[in-house]
Amino acid sequence: MNLPSGMRRAAAMTLAGAAALAGAALAVPATDPAPGAPASAPAPRGENEAPRRVVSLNLCTDQLAMLLAAPGQLLSVSSMASDPHVSAMRDRAGAFAVNHGRAEEIFLMRPDLVLAGTYTARETVSMLRRLGFRVETFAPEADFDAIRANIRRMGALLGREAQAEAMAAEMDARLEAARPAPDAPRPLAALLEAASWSSGAGTLAHEIVTAAGLRNLGAELGITGMARLPLERLVMGAPDLLIAARPYTPPSLSEQGMRHPALDPLQARAGRVALSDARWVCGAPFTAEAVADLSAARRALTGEGRSAALVPAAPAANAVAR
Amino acid sequence: MTRPLPYPWLLAALGVLVAALFCVSLLVGPAGLGFFDSLAALLAGRGEAETLVMREIRAPRAVLGLMIGATLGLSGAALQGYLRNPLAEPGLLGVTGAASLGAVAAIYSGLSLIFPLALPLMALGGAGLASMLLIGLAGARGGALTLILAGVALSALCGALTALALNLSPNPFAATEIMFWMMGSLSDRSWTHVGLAAPFMLAGWAALGFAGRGLDALTLGEDAAASLGVRLDRLRLAVVLGAAASVGAATAVAGGIGFVGLVAPHLLRRAVGARPARLLPAAALGGAALLLAADIAVRLIAPERDLKLGVLTALVGAPFFLRLVLSTRRRLA
Repeated sequence: MNLPSGMRRAAAMTLAGAAALAGAALAVPATDPAPGAPASAPAPRGENEAPRRVVSLNLCTDQLAMLLAAPGQLLSVSSMASDPHVSAMRDRAGAFAVNHGRAEEIFLMRPDLVLAGTYTARETVSMLRRLGFRVETFAPEADFDAIRANIRRMGALLGREAQAEAMAAEMDARLEAARPAPDAPRPLAALLEAASWSSGAGTLAHEIVTAAGLRNLGAELGITGMARLPLERLVMGAPDLLIAARPYTPPSLSEQGMRHPALDPLQARAGRVALSDARWVCGAPFTAEAVADLSAARRALTGEGRSAALVPAAPAANAVAR
Repeated sequence: MTRPLPYPWLLAALGVLVAALFCVSLLVGPAGLGFFDSLAALLAGRGEAETLVMREIRAPRAVLGLMIGATLGLSGAALQGYLRNPLAEPGLLGVTGAASLGAVAAIYSGLSLIFPLALPLMALGGAGLASMLLIGLAGARGGALTLILAGVALSALCGALTALALNLSPNPFAATEIMFWMMGSLSDRSWTHVGLAAPFMLAGWAALGFAGRGLDALTLGEDAAASLGVRLDRLRLAVVLGAAASVGAATAVAGGIGFVGLVAPHLLRRAVGARPARLLPAAALGGAALLLAADIAVRLIAPERDLKLGVLTALVGAPFFLRLVLSTRRRLA
């Protein structure tokens, strides 16, 4: 389950019995055990024929599939694909049937390919495999190499290799454009999530921050994966930039902690970049857009190049209005 | 048995203890500041980050620890005096749970964002309803067993409704905050919280202080107290409103913290000669000392984990409660 913030991701991973999984381990693309298809396989098809009824159960595979699938190839995406807080492609999710990751509804859709995350709906996935469906699982992306690998693998599964190559190349071009000059100053950024959670080394958020030419306070304080970063230590770290998670509409205490008065002087000095959750949740081509926005904020901070780009277009304004 | 300390000396000793724990509370925290750096930052504002840590994070935390501890000790003593029941305590009776429920309704509906005072007011409302319900059910005449059972039922109901409200909230973080409302914490509180809660706590203290003389008379029985000129209806109002306002405000900003109101009065009852009016200030100081100590302990035991305060107070308080149950078993049976 890929959820927007550290806490939810950590909770989901604990539920999946994978709490100890950190950083680099997540970057390795999962290889399926490839069970021999039982005789009752519902949608037999030729070896090289592209699947025509694809169902995705996981937010991240939803988005990769929506980006890469041929018209009519993708049948259904998960309900999270239309959640504005976590899905960067909510506008396109409406065109597909919605599923909730339950084996029964998936069975009735008669898919010839099911896409899932390595930690999502494991019971559903194992039941679908027992029923003879072809299920491919994708590990969450913790760096850009993993994103490239997942894009290419999705392309290969859907028979859209050329589109996948083009997409990976476009992402790399974006990243290249956002890359700081070798001698550019690297300001210190603090990732601020609900309930004092923060992302350290080995997380996608850390990769975004470093790719944008910033240093990550959490990683410098020794955090690997997700961990709590007490407010006192964050303040003592004197970050140049605060990157806050975008709060949900009905409030919660954990998120109100991100507005502690002790952070006010830091914000007054540095400005805050609202963390556009949706693009930071899953590794995908749009992750490079998050890097570009953050890189613009860095340039504004250090006075390099344009200076009007402190706040990335829409998300920050939304965060205030919501 | 040694002669107890004279009353003024006892209060002075407790005051010194509270002051010492307050200072220690200011010096403990994950930032790991040195002693002199802390003092320089707190008093002279030396070092920007250090000053923020001391003045905006640790100072409000210590002040809240002091005030909430005092609130719990004082209301515990007042409820025990009024109900003439040694097992009475805001947490055990469900007053804290009802305050949590009110606070949860205020925060997670978004009301407290529009109208910040809704938070303490709704917590106060919850605590007030619970106190009136309890006193109506068990009454000043009711037996110990009735009161405790009513409290258990009320606690369970409020806990369930709190969990339900948090689980139903569309905010994914709400459900993870059930622990806070059941166990309480002072982590990352700010002066905003002090400003919201302090007026209600002070008003509650005043009402409970006013009840002291009446509680003394009540030890002789209701008829005797009435013949001494104590207006029982006013006394009840003072206890209910005082406990509701102070416990409600405390719970609204720090969650439900149990057992402090049970332990503090008991540790000090013999030392003050079992007179409720004298017990009130002593229990307030004792409660403050207990809560400050617990809050120091949670930061020393697990500095990065936000261990909840109620975990520690229950670890100390629950065995204490069992001992009390054993010693009052004859009356309960």
